[in-house]
Amino acid sequence: MASLDRVKVLVLGDSGVGKSSLVHLLCQNQVLGNPSWTVGCSVDVRVHDYKEGTPEERTYYIELWDVGGSVGCASSVKSTRAVFYNSVNGIILVHDLTNKKSSQNLYRWSLEALNRDLVPTGVLVTNGDYDREQFADNQIPLLVIGTKLDQINETKRHEVLTRTAFLAEDFNAEEINLVIEKRYFLREGNQIPGLPDRKRFGGGTLKSLHYD
Amino acid sequence: TAHGGCGSEVRPTLIYFFTSGFSQVRQYVVQVIFSVTFAFSCTMFELIIFEILGVLNSSSRYFHWKMNLFIILLILVFMVPFYTGYFIVSNIRLLHKQRLLFSCLLWLTFMYFFWKLGDPFPILSPKHGILSIEQLISRVGVIGVTLMALLSGFGAVNCPYTYMSYFLRNVTEADILTLERRLLQTMDMIISKKKRMAVARRTIFQRGEVHEKPSGFWGMIRSVTVSVPGSENLTLIQQEVDALEELSRQLFLETADLYATKERIEYSKTFKGKYFNFLGYFFSIYCVWKIFMATINIIFDRVGKTDPVTRGIEITVNYLGIQFDVKFWSQHISFILVGIIIVTSIRGLLITLTKFFYAISSSKSSNVIVLLLAQIMGMYFVSSVLLIRMSMPLEYRTIITEVLGELQFNFYHRWFDVIFLVSALSSILFLYLAHKQAPEKHMTP
Repeated sequence: MASLDRVKVLVLGDSGVGKSSLVHLLCQNQVLGNPSWTVGCSVDVRVHDYKEGTPEERTYYIELWDVGGSVGCASSVKSTRAVFYNSVNGIILVHDLTNKKSSQNLYRWSLEALNRDLVPTGVLVTNGDYDREQFADNQIPLLVIGTKLDQINETKRHEVLTRTAFLAEDFNAEEINLVIEKRYFLREGNQIPGLPDRKRFGGGTLKSLHYD
Repeated sequence: TAHGGCGSEVRPTLIYFFTSGFSQVRQYVVQVIFSVTFAFSCTMFELIIFEILGVLNSSSRYFHWKMNLFIILLILVFMVPFYTGYFIVSNIRLLHKQRLLFSCLLWLTFMYFFWKLGDPFPILSPKHGILSIEQLISRVGVIGVTLMALLSGFGAVNCPYTYMSYFLRNVTEADILTLERRLLQTMDMIISKKKRMAVARRTIFQRGEVHEKPSGFWGMIRSVTVSVPGSENLTLIQQEVDALEELSRQLFLETADLYATKERIEYSKTFKGKYFNFLGYFFSIYCVWKIFMATINIIFDRVGKTDPVTRGIEITVNYLGIQFDVKFWSQHISFILVGIIIVTSIRGLLITLTKFFYAISSSKSSNVIVLLLAQIMGMYFVSSVLLIRMSMPLEYRTIITEVLGELQFNFYHRWFDVIFLVSALSSILFLYLAHKQAPEKHMTP
């Protein structure tokens, strides 16, 4: 019976985009004070009441598997990472809004996780065209999250947000853009402004990860 | 790029540095410092090449040598240490207010130890004054030569170890699967503990909200006796989780290592692999010979007088009877040889530094690390100029001797041999221990 309550969600993305901070925010309701590079995979658990308030209310444990590393790693690291990709219920793709490369790498991340290799028979496919059909029969829900929205100049925000909207469409995924603020010196000691975003996030998209 | 072009584009940057103050964006400053150090070090190598090829006027070459040397010393002894101290101090919150003062203090401490470094070594002839370029160069040379010897010693031993497939441990599919299973089990244990923590935290949170304010005398007594056991358990579970996470990281790295070894085994069965394996045997012979020569040099107190190029030409002329234009060939061959030495040492150093940087950097300390690497790189390159003198024929050596002043070059070569020997022997010991320890952990017999 316990296995029915398990929901495994992968959190993928380039190094330094803020996956660990995001997972920490979701599970501990706090901002991560001292982020450091993730080696291997770090897991955290969030308790979620599905269909709260209704008679069918159930408590789920959502496991957020934060897999560290980069797409251009040595193939030995990639093979090791592949062990985490089994029986996944959902994928969260995280990219940095200030870093275009991290958004482009999301394609490779998703292909790696969905076990469709970019190098199927040893033939190198160039990083140019992307085939939307590869995701057409994908059953696993995807969520694209862009971080560090506050670090983008006000004037450039519209342009960046349009670009990311196309990205989310390519994946046929839901999209959220976040501000996760980290402060080294907490002067006032009051709540971190990222929390209001979290409330919005908590209500809205987790429903997309649940399916019967 | 011509030397003049390189110099003129860098000089405005330096001026910008000194006038812009300390309120600039930090990352930019660090990048510029590193690039400037690299640029001036490469200029030195360019000048050696010009020396051999005879480009530019002799007196103008001398002038450029002197100027370049002066600037590089300025960077290595004043700028980089000062900025390193400044960034270290900026990371410490307590001293944040008086950064400038503390970084000056740090720099003065550095200068003190730097000066003291010269005492135990017989590196200067007594006729030099206290404030001369030779004082600075000699000390920079000691540090740089030590670094070079350490890296060469380790490289000389590590290179055959990596190339030769004799040392490859036998890895099977079953080994990898076992490790992977252990890794997933560890992750499951972490998850179950975190579930308990999440539930416990939720219970405390809910209990906290529902809990009524103690009213009256009895209420207060009651609140004292009702204990909250959740928080103590949480710390205990958190400790267990931390230990398990550390274990999972180690298992991950070991699995990646096994995959890498398996790939190398497959690679060694291909043509390219066999070729590199063959090279590996050659390298190991070369390294053993170098270690042997270093020992001989130390025991018999011998320093080579002639460079390999001239000696090689002498041998061919005397023993093989082949007559050819010594001057012409010695120039070209020494150009190629010195060029190869320069390029491989730059490349090798940059690769090592990059690996080192990725291994130990974090978001806070990356500035300090890049500056330390710039310092190491600068000192390394200055000392390689010192040592390269030995590989050049006499007529090209004179300019280095003139520019660097009357240093005890023989001492540096002896010091290099000693450190090289020590480094090579300790690397052999280290690799032997590492090799022995790994198979016992998770191999099938």
